[in-house]
Amino acid sequence: MPELAGYRRPFWGTQPEYLHSTYVSTRIRSPSRPLVLIPQTLSELTGPVFGQDGIGRNDDDLTRQHDGAPLGERMIVHGRVLDENARPVARTLVELWQANAAGRYHHQRDQHDAPLDPNFSGCGRMLTDEAGRYRFVTVKPGAYPWRNHHNAWRPAHLHFSLFGPAFMTRLVTQMYFPGDPLLPYDPIFNCTADEKARNRLISQFDWEVTMPEHALGYRFDIVLHGRNATPMES
Amino acid sequence: MSLQATTSQTVGPYLHLGLSWLNTDEIAPPGMAGRRVRISGRIIDGEGALVPDAMLEIWQADHRGRFAHPEDARAGEVEPGFRGFGRVPTDAEGAFRFQTIKPGRVPGPGGGWQAPHLLVSIFARGLLKHLVSRLYFPDEPDNASDPILALVDPERRDTLIARAAGDELLEWDIVLQGPRETVFFEF
Ligand SMILES: [Fe+2]
Repeated sequence: MPELAGYRRPFWGTQPEYLHSTYVSTRIRSPSRPLVLIPQTLSELTGPVFGQDGIGRNDDDLTRQHDGAPLGERMIVHGRVLDENARPVARTLVELWQANAAGRYHHQRDQHDAPLDPNFSGCGRMLTDEAGRYRFVTVKPGAYPWRNHHNAWRPAHLHFSLFGPAFMTRLVTQMYFPGDPLLPYDPIFNCTADEKARNRLISQFDWEVTMPEHALGYRFDIVLHGRNATPMES
Repeated sequence: MSLQATTSQTVGPYLHLGLSWLNTDEIAPPGMAGRRVRISGRIIDGEGALVPDAMLEIWQADHRGRFAHPEDARAGEVEPGFRGFGRVPTDAEGAFRFQTIKPGRVPGPGGGWQAPHLLVSIFARGLLKHLVSRLYFPDEPDNASDPILALVDPERRDTLIARAAGDELLEWDIVLQGPRETVFFEF
């Protein structure tokens, strides 16, 4: 086998630790032993490749998945998926899920006393284009309460899941909204030491993508792990 | 130009809403060559409670150790129809089960070989980043020379090796925290 270039290690402080005790469920779900550092092998440098299979016509438009239109503030969320070398990640799977405008998930475990919307399922998926771009039409999710601590509310957020080219580049994250007053109170948003890294989870209002009489635009670029310039020593 | 990777965030409790469309209990569809195995287990937290709201992702090579990915120089020889990926949720009792075929050994660092293994990622509420582990097969002579197992404290190695539990059935529990904690990796 030819030697393959490995992926960079994360910058210190830019990824959360497993234990973040203000997020209470990390206390019993985080490993207590140090992770074992291993070389990146062919197993980690490969990963699943997805095509259009199973992706439906309205999977990128969460406002058109039912007979009627969902309630709430219509929005367009778009951005580019890049690697750490600023190269676009083309034709990669992006999955999205979220609460409805009232802050309720279309999920049986969500018992929040806010209305379900029969016209909103809150999930989408698409592949990025050749330039790594993605774009979803949806409604802005509401904040919702959770039981982490007294009077705990999650700031409005979208859940994103991405694959990238390898097992190594898998990422699940959340996107937040500019100016949300709940952000300083949220232990999940605040789980990362590096303030700049944290703030990159906040989307930007995008006037140019905002559509007159129709929907507000938000931009959220996503960066997946990138490769080292040279093959790894092995 | 140099960027920093986006910060990971938990999948939260409602992960299945966005992710279950790729759920499967057959990583390798019936008819794929190789020795078929059924694998089942439970995910257990630091208080011994079962974790009912988690998801595994499996990644593996085919029965000859080839990955369905362009980075594998032998990818063109992968068995047609084989992808080697699957998502498996835990149920209300914190249990998971899936079927697959035992992969072949795959190239390792420095021209050596790795014993047959599955890569396993674990996603759940309370995990701010997913965890990565490996499942190895019992009674597999190549385990003794596997370069990744060799990096694991011998006393903890057995947390990575499934138990034979009957006819082509393997059991493998994932313990997130505690004295019997499963070995998790970083790269
Ligand atoms: Fe959420």
